Amino acid sequence: MKTKEADFAYRLWRYDGAPGELIPLLQSAQDHFGYIPRRAIRYISGVTNTPESTVYGVITFYSQFRLQPMGKHQIRLCCGTACHVAGAPTLLDTLRDELGVEENGTTEDGLFTLFTVACLGCCSLAPAMMINDETYGKLAPGQVRRTIRKIRRQENKKAAMEEVGV
Amino acid sequence: MAKILVGMSTCGLSAGARDTYEELKKLLSDDSSHELTLTGCIGMCYREPLVEIRDNGTRTIYGDVDAGRAREIVDKHLANGTVIEDYAVYTEDASGRKGGAEEPFLTQQNRIVLRNCGVINPESIDEYTERGGYEATRRALTVMTPEQVVGEIKESGLRGRGGAGFPTGIKWSFAAGNDADQKYVVCNADEGDPGAFMDRSVLEGDPHAVLEGMIICGKAIGATFGYIYCRAEYPLAIARLEIAIEAARKKGYLGDDILGSGFDFDIKIKQGAGAFVCGEETALFASIEGERGMPRIRPPFPAEQGVWGKPTNNNNVETYANIPWIIVNGASAFRKYGTEKSPGTKVFALVGKIEKGGLAEVPMGTSIEELVFGIGGGIKDGGEFKPVQMGGPSGGCIPEHLKNTPVDFEHIPQTGAIMGSGGMVVLDATTCMVDIARFFLDFTQEESCGKCTCCRIGTKRMLETLERITTGEGNTEDIAHLQHLAQQIKQASLCGLGQTAPNPVLTTIDYYEDEYIAHISDKHCPAANCSALVSFNIDRDKCTGCTLCVRDCPVDAISGGKKQFHVIDQGKCVKCGKCITSCNFDAVYKA
Ligand SMILES: Cc1cc2nc3c(=O)[nH]c(=O)nc-3n(C[C@H](O)[C@H](O)[C@H](O)COP(=O)(O)O)c2cc1C
Ligand code: FES
Repeated sequence: MKTKEADFAYRLWRYDGAPGELIPLLQSAQDHFGYIPRRAIRYISGVTNTPESTVYGVITFYSQFRLQPMGKHQIRLCCGTACHVAGAPTLLDTLRDELGVEENGTTEDGLFTLFTVACLGCCSLAPAMMINDETYGKLAPGQVRRTIRKIRRQENKKAAMEEVGV
Repeated sequence: MAKILVGMSTCGLSAGARDTYEELKKLLSDDSSHELTLTGCIGMCYREPLVEIRDNGTRTIYGDVDAGRAREIVDKHLANGTVIEDYAVYTEDASGRKGGAEEPFLTQQNRIVLRNCGVINPESIDEYTERGGYEATRRALTVMTPEQVVGEIKESGLRGRGGAGFPTGIKWSFAAGNDADQKYVVCNADEGDPGAFMDRSVLEGDPHAVLEGMIICGKAIGATFGYIYCRAEYPLAIARLEIAIEAARKKGYLGDDILGSGFDFDIKIKQGAGAFVCGEETALFASIEGERGMPRIRPPFPAEQGVWGKPTNNNNVETYANIPWIIVNGASAFRKYGTEKSPGTKVFALVGKIEKGGLAEVPMGTSIEELVFGIGGGIKDGGEFKPVQMGGPSGGCIPEHLKNTPVDFEHIPQTGAIMGSGGMVVLDATTCMVDIARFFLDFTQEESCGKCTCCRIGTKRMLETLERITTGEGNTEDIAHLQHLAQQIKQASLCGLGQTAPNPVLTTIDYYEDEYIAHISDKHCPAANCSALVSFNIDRDKCTGCTLCVRDCPVDAISGGKKQFHVIDQGKCVKCGKCITSCNFDAVYKA
């Protein structure tokens, strides 16, 4: 399997001037870097012969693209209709309070980024959220806090163990 | 030899189907007499994870199968053939007799679009062809002329399932009639309505049906290339489509000279990047071309100038999934379902405050009541039915007294809602209608691309007004103000986003004006939802006296020591809601 880095470099290299490749290039840059850094904009602008301002315009139009690095754990709280009526707003308050960040914010320790999304497609588990690839359904505030705290504990433990060289 | 199928669509996986599958794999690892495989979503999302056992012509579907139940199924059902009645949701014996707790959910449906979902392994092209797959392609490419294909689709009366209900055959004839060196077929898999997931389910459960629909369309209009524009939030759908496209190329259903007919066709997947407006077809074309997804002025229409300025036919996923069935079974068979003007079936996503949330496919013209109470099992926890929300951010709320309304392209618009993609969100007495309107406006305001001033600023002003009302700051002119703005936005917006954005507000004002007035004049939220207009209370049965809320309250409004019931002093409470989010026992409630 191609690594993500190779994929981005390969796509840049292979780019032959075919139109319509801007978004796929940005997607592969984001896959590779975790966000779209300044230099990726420069590479893409150069290779596709598109002004940096245009590339930037496309990036900011689509909610998928990020200009800042994301936390290690990405929380996607569903705010679709079914989840909204099942209590998603309270969960959003809970997450904001527990993490100390607003939507799209990343915690200072770089562990979590909080996103809201429209429908994860598991409405019968509403209200739902995803943390990375894991889905959590039928949530209540207490459970949300416990889940976050558990991840935080595990991460702290891991960090401590690394520090003492285990 | 038994075949074991685990439902592995997004809904199944999020309910834990992966663990179930792994457990079964482990248990059956040294037993080659059984075949373990995966399948798509059969629609019973409320009983996921689902596991089906097929043995000697019998079918048994088990619901809520965690690892423990998986072991029991292996020990009892596979070892001795005993059906475990307790969680068998659907059974079919060798003579075709059906049973099981949830049998009515399935048997009240007519499955055309979902014919293979939850039945075949979507990653196996052979299982698809065994069920008659690619027969339609063969006929359309080697037996029928393009005119005959367009004629058959016209005859069937199929109308687009993406929302507007435009007759598909007529749309195809436009694109077919325009000569060009290159034409395109586009499949709209952007599924933006937050609360609808039938397109995802079809892509994950039966991707070849969509490919076939596109190939046949290509033949009919004379296009040799197709794009599937799929939202990036559907990684599993994209992965299954990729597998399907690869397999179809290997078998010669895609590529050059398909089935020796001299017709070439290939398909590429384009991933969306998170913008609701890209579901609008001209914005979608702009996005395929790598630009900001802004809608374009029509005319020229897509059939004249679509992707890359070439004649293009765009249809929804569900529309394409109907095509192979119509080609094989004929237009008149299709017309046996549904109504005169809306033939065929429609898949609905039943979600919200409903007992049996999932996907159901029924003939057009089925009433809301039949869907919600017949198939959906009624309101969750015996609650009180309020409205159903149809059409998502472009749609509206249909109140209880209109529950006999037939669901089709003629009757739903008369209520002020739209068919949309088929999302049906059932609401109960705990849902505030003003808040629902605010919720959708928040969505459309955020997703407006900004091209039309009326849409960009008008939705913002409407949202601000609604926010004022829900926080108790509303005044008596607000309702008229909202209606006035709504009219302007509807008239002056270029695309469907702005033209329909006010619908959720207009329908809730039409049917639930008393709730607006309660918020504005009485400073009261009848559904006890809007924080500023309710009181916070603590349920004595749930409170354990842990003092967490007492310590967390920023204004010291909560009293009570350890192991004592906590009480909120309503005079001091600032209604910030902190106590609700901090309680571990869900003991704080709004009233
Ligand atoms: C704001 C907006 C969002 C839309 N989103 C979708 C969508 O997610 N999926 C879809 O199939 N059609 C969507 N449509 C409708 C498409 O523009 C188009 O009418 C449809 O894809 C045509 O396919 P059909 O004839 O098969 O229904 C949307 C329209 C608007 C105005
Ligand atoms: S609305 Fe949350 S999963 Fe669909």
